[in-house]
Amino acid sequence: MENLKKHISMKSFFIFLTLLVVSVLAATCPLYLAPFTIISVTNVFIYVVITMSWALFSGPTRYISIATAAFFGMGIYTSALAGELIPFPLVVCLGGVVSFVLALLVGLSTLRLKGMYFTIFTFGLSELIRHAVLWWEVTKTGTVGRWVVSIDHTPVYYTMLIIFVVTLAVCYATGRSRYGLALKGIGQSEEAADHMGVNVTSVKIGVFALSAFFAGATGATMATRWTYIDPSIAFNPLFSFMPILMATFGGIASITGQIIGAVALTLLADLLLTEFPYYYMLIYGVILVIVILFLPGGIVGLGRSIKKL
Amino acid sequence: MSFTFYLDVVIGGLILGGLYALTAVGLSLQYGVARVLNVSHGEFIMLGAFATYSLYTLFGISPLLSLVITGPLIFIIAFLIHRTMFQRIRRTSPSIAAFEGNSLLASFGLLFIIQNIALLTWGSDIKGYHYMAQSINVFGTSYALNRLIALALALSTGIAFYLFLIYTRLGKAIRAAAQDRDTAQLMGVNIHKVLGLCFGLGALMAAIAGSLISMMFEITPTIGLPYTIIAIIAVVLGGLGNILGSLIGGLILGLVGNVVMCFSPALSLVAYYLIFILLILLKPSGIMGK
Repeated sequence: MENLKKHISMKSFFIFLTLLVVSVLAATCPLYLAPFTIISVTNVFIYVVITMSWALFSGPTRYISIATAAFFGMGIYTSALAGELIPFPLVVCLGGVVSFVLALLVGLSTLRLKGMYFTIFTFGLSELIRHAVLWWEVTKTGTVGRWVVSIDHTPVYYTMLIIFVVTLAVCYATGRSRYGLALKGIGQSEEAADHMGVNVTSVKIGVFALSAFFAGATGATMATRWTYIDPSIAFNPLFSFMPILMATFGGIASITGQIIGAVALTLLADLLLTEFPYYYMLIYGVILVIVILFLPGGIVGLGRSIKKL
Repeated sequence: MSFTFYLDVVIGGLILGGLYALTAVGLSLQYGVARVLNVSHGEFIMLGAFATYSLYTLFGISPLLSLVITGPLIFIIAFLIHRTMFQRIRRTSPSIAAFEGNSLLASFGLLFIIQNIALLTWGSDIKGYHYMAQSINVFGTSYALNRLIALALALSTGIAFYLFLIYTRLGKAIRAAAQDRDTAQLMGVNIHKVLGLCFGLGALMAAIAGSLISMMFEITPTIGLPYTIIAIIAVVLGGLGNILGSLIGGLILGLVGNVVMCFSPALSLVAYYLIFILLILLKPSGIMGK
């Protein structure tokens, strides 16, 4: 018993120490790293945040959302429209709120139905918005693209760091709250959860909208680095597919898995993108199929089963 | 707004609707019967289109003749994909809901794989060819011959398949599997074969639609996704799992899409979505649903 206590306290001490070192490094790295590295790290944060926010809802409930690109794109357009009018931190929050409201509307219309209707609805959502925005820009404003107020890479890095920490905290807290348990219950048996007194529809809509907030805030932040956007950049369907792929690869069920998946595949993309643009998507497809067929728990699941041996 | 204008809109809508109906029936077989919400459906359309394009431009094989080559080829590929991939997912998934989720993710993988193989093979440029593009006069309006042939082929494929479902033993087995898979199995239906067949037939229809599309429109390796979205909406419109419903749903979307396109081409997808939103708010079981 004594030994066990000692063991636990040693372990938590090490975790605390690692966290401390990581956060000091994360907070100070723009001071000594090259701008290129900072931009790469920011890029990793984007994918980590959209993967975690996707998995916050779709992980436990198994309601597969294919709408991340829509929320991300709404954030980008918020930044383009409001960037000159209000200060940058407000733009980021506004981007999140706009996506939150969109997700609320999507949830209200589809989440009372069976899971497949939700998936089907989200599947075309970003294409729908892209077409609508394109039509609006061409017929009403007369241009296709827009300029976004540019912001230096260091403030963007810190903003992404803050969004990452907040997303991590919210995902962690939700997973351990009664909402997290309710979501898990919905994923296992929606009817049973309903009978246990869970307000199934409002929990689903609430958490879905919350998860969209982070994707929207990320979009609003990143638009300032791209400076020029048009509907096909902002609503690129890849931003819907990537979180699904990354979370599945790392392990949907745990935050560690989601982060591992997002970091690994973003770095792989950085390596392959410039030289083999089509091969890297092909490799992603093969990875996804292999994980679904042979590694149901993703990388984290694989690690666990190796440990058991 | 004369009679010929309305006729023009209707015939144009039927041509588009015929293509949508074909892809929707294909997806309906894959989702309604085999329970795979195949988001790579459009990629089989694209494969059919590019196979036809290559056979015509490289070897001069007529697109109508190449249907006989590309159709069966894509059927076999899809059948094997189902036999290996989706069969394994079926074995390892604890419940039907888990199977639906996992097979959806796997079909995402397929989407990436097929689309990028096509991009590596054919490049990302817009491709097209001229085949039977001479115009034909119908009730005072002229149409390209290939469009009328596409309409005739799409409708006759749809009707032939419907007759196959109603009158043959295999068709009966497919309908039984669509209604209740377990009971069908108890009645002696070889369910593995039927599900694989449905997936293959779904891809076959997508491939035929793709061949017809390549005769009329320009193609790129990324044309698949919008067709997948439209097919999914048409399937929901007709009622999930209702094959005749999907056919009608596809025709309706084609007609609506063509009317909207007369006013603003960019808004047709928006119109499909409005129909979809109204549908799930008012009657999620679809127009043919119980």
